[in-house]
Amino acid sequence: MVYLTRKAEFSASHYYHNPEFTPDENVRIFGKCNNPNGHGHNYTLEVTVKGAVDPKSGFVVDLKQLKDIMNREVLDALDHRFLNKEVPEFFTQIPTTENLAIAIWQRLAPKLQTAHLHRVRVYETPDLFVDFYGEA
Amino acid sequence: MKAHLTRRYMFSASHRLHSDEMSEEQNRAVYGKCNNPHGHGHNYMIEVTVSGPVDERTGMVCNLVDLDGFVHQQVVERYDHQNLNLRPEFARNVPTTENLCIAIYEIVKQGFRLAHLEKIRIEETMMNSFEYAGEKSR
Repeated sequence: MVYLTRKAEFSASHYYHNPEFTPDENVRIFGKCNNPNGHGHNYTLEVTVKGAVDPKSGFVVDLKQLKDIMNREVLDALDHRFLNKEVPEFFTQIPTTENLAIAIWQRLAPKLQTAHLHRVRVYETPDLFVDFYGEA
Repeated sequence: MKAHLTRRYMFSASHRLHSDEMSEEQNRAVYGKCNNPHGHGHNYMIEVTVSGPVDERTGMVCNLVDLDGFVHQQVVERYDHQNLNLRPEFARNVPTTENLCIAIYEIVKQGFRLAHLEKIRIEETMMNSFEYAGEKSR
């Protein structure tokens, strides 16, 4: 079993707000992330796949295919977007880094054929990242 | 859905690697320039990884304000601009980064109840790092 990780970057804006909370609760729980005009981050995405090395190609996964899938399923949908308003998952869920990692996993997992998705890591800043391993 | 969240913190501290159980000569042989009697310092980078179910109402494993507050108060303020050898936890333990990892793991494990602690990772310099994830990882 070999693990391969590909990185990508995207920039997006978001804000945290739960309509079930009162305005005071939203401010208390989400702080400055609750500003309805949104704010942005340069996100770094690391996608790790695992699999056996194909004896004919020497690949765990065709990197070009992986890059195309990441571009099509994730970056085209998220890069330079307002996540709350333009990405369907976040019409109802709060676009925290946790939920972003889960959403990216759910976009990628069904599209990968030869290799299995092992981990999605999303850096919101260099000092904060979330790992999702597909665990229920 | 269970996710892992990692947050980085920094502090600067001094230490000297020296064991009373070894002779001066043995200490010099084992610890080299880290045995300098006057000590030396590092900018330590601490990664705290916690895990748990993502709360459906907040979208969070735990509120970063709570994690930051705990780690700043209990870890960063304890060690920042201090001499590690003078801390009670290093009265008998050599303040290697291995032992610092274990000490910080125990502080967070025992005091932070809002998410499950997975591991502590410390970069002592850009060229070396240490991880401790509790006894289960051994």
